[in-house]
Amino acid sequence: MIDQVGGVPRQGIKILVPVGALGAGIKAAYVNDGLQSGIHAIAMDAGSTDSGPYYLGTGRPKYSRDAIKRDLRIAMLAQATAQVPLLIGSCGTSGCDAAVDDTVAIALEIAAEDGLTPKIAVLHSEQSYDSLYAKLNTAQISELAPSDSLTPEILQSCAHIVAMMGPEPYIEAVRAGADIVLGGRTTDSAVLAAVPLMYGAGAGPAWHAGKTAECGGQCTTNPTEGGVMVTVFGEHFEIEPLSKDNSCTPRTVYAHLLYENSDPLRLVEPGAIIDVSAATYEAISDRSVRVFGSQFIPQPYTMKLEGAGGSSFQTIMLVGIADPHVLADIDGFITRLHAAMVDLISRTMGDAVGDFDISLRAYGWNAVSGTGPAATIPPPPEIGLLFVATAATQEIATRIAKTCNPYFFHFPHAMNVELPSYAFPFSPAEIERGRLYEFKLNHVVEVSHPMELVRTSWIDLRTDAKEAVNAQT
Amino acid sequence: MPKLSEVSQTVRSKNAGPFWITIDIFFGSHASWLRYSNCVALSKAAIGELFDVDPAQVKRFSLEPLHVLKFSYPRAVPQGGLNERDMHGGQQYARLLNLELGV
Repeated sequence: MIDQVGGVPRQGIKILVPVGALGAGIKAAYVNDGLQSGIHAIAMDAGSTDSGPYYLGTGRPKYSRDAIKRDLRIAMLAQATAQVPLLIGSCGTSGCDAAVDDTVAIALEIAAEDGLTPKIAVLHSEQSYDSLYAKLNTAQISELAPSDSLTPEILQSCAHIVAMMGPEPYIEAVRAGADIVLGGRTTDSAVLAAVPLMYGAGAGPAWHAGKTAECGGQCTTNPTEGGVMVTVFGEHFEIEPLSKDNSCTPRTVYAHLLYENSDPLRLVEPGAIIDVSAATYEAISDRSVRVFGSQFIPQPYTMKLEGAGGSSFQTIMLVGIADPHVLADIDGFITRLHAAMVDLISRTMGDAVGDFDISLRAYGWNAVSGTGPAATIPPPPEIGLLFVATAATQEIATRIAKTCNPYFFHFPHAMNVELPSYAFPFSPAEIERGRLYEFKLNHVVEVSHPMELVRTSWIDLRTDAKEAVNAQT
Repeated sequence: MPKLSEVSQTVRSKNAGPFWITIDIFFGSHASWLRYSNCVALSKAAIGELFDVDPAQVKRFSLEPLHVLKFSYPRAVPQGGLNERDMHGGQQYARLLNLELGV
């Protein structure tokens, strides 16, 4: 019999968070130590938009397949040992269908190699143009600041669109007997909050715990030292690192709310705002922290949409310049060079070039800020000048680069001097960068219930294994 | 007048999703937070001007227990666009370091 207080076991609901992102490098020893403390689930996320629009635009993962497989094997073996659910959200970085399916394929490989027979639930939340067009027509999609309202053209421009799931699809899958849940795009906090919520832990503490542990060790004094354990109760949660040599302090736990978060006191989640403005952080020991006062404020259920697509291509070149005459007037030199290149392309390639963009960025001078350093700043000893051509096709972008190459190589600082040759690091000088992807959506969609835009499918290796045994006997 | 880099412990910037950048200023002591966090150079208007953003869209949070001042502002173009210069927003804090803080 479970010893409970108000529906929640007295010892709390323990969630082991092995790492901030699947593929980033789970430390197996810490996970195995963590399994000894009576956990209820292993949960982590595998994705983010943080590395840019390419991953959602293409459906490819940020981490290598080997790195994902390594971490997933550790997690699956831990699941099989502890016999508790393993939940992974935002599979394959973007969490689009192809990215989820890639992760499922890796999981099946591991199962076959290691003789594991889990029952796997797969949650897809990629959205079609048609389903969202219908939502747009019924005024169920609204924009978030600073974006404008959605149009069918914007929807059309996306290669992939995902709706960020809440915890409900995970809870439903675990209740239906899943050993492993591999989810598409999900809010980081939701994956970690799902099992505590399922057991009836306090919603405010469950969500706040999820937010705190979403990046694994990021909320500890030594973020490189592995994951964390959260324990959620009715009115509070506790958190500690998996490594005995690492610590959570009230300060590191509170400060994690700042990280990559535009509002640290109100966390917007599917169907709720978590108000942590009155939360209190107290040390339980020199390495664990207790948090009270996280408030769950129900809201109409919406899911955030993410979409990315690309319609143009880029070709780049890099050249080094150490000529003191050029460096004495970098901004003037770049302005003249850029004008000469745009003129050259317009004259020689004609209308066939279509819309194009040439960008020159001086690394070592102002490539990051894009604005001129103060006039009092002396010239640097050298710069790296990056050339970026953007055009409708890769072929045109490369033709622009090849046409500009002699100017990029030899453009003089004054008209009456011998032509210089700048320092190319590569041959050929031009590098085809592929398609330019862009984030297109910053909107939320209203749903009638949390499963409306989610599709659950099952791969039951338990049954398959039993049937195989039966067939043999 | 002291510069922000002289009266703070850490200043950092990062994406907060593809459409926002957030800046965290850790003053390192309650005294420093108390003395400098409310100065004009760290107002919404000043930060808006520095990053070329409408000050009405700048969010500002002053967190006494952490001795932190935090700003969030929308990107002019979403992350990864045509002329992206800082994919993760991780270097945008640099232009704050020499801010002169009059009190």
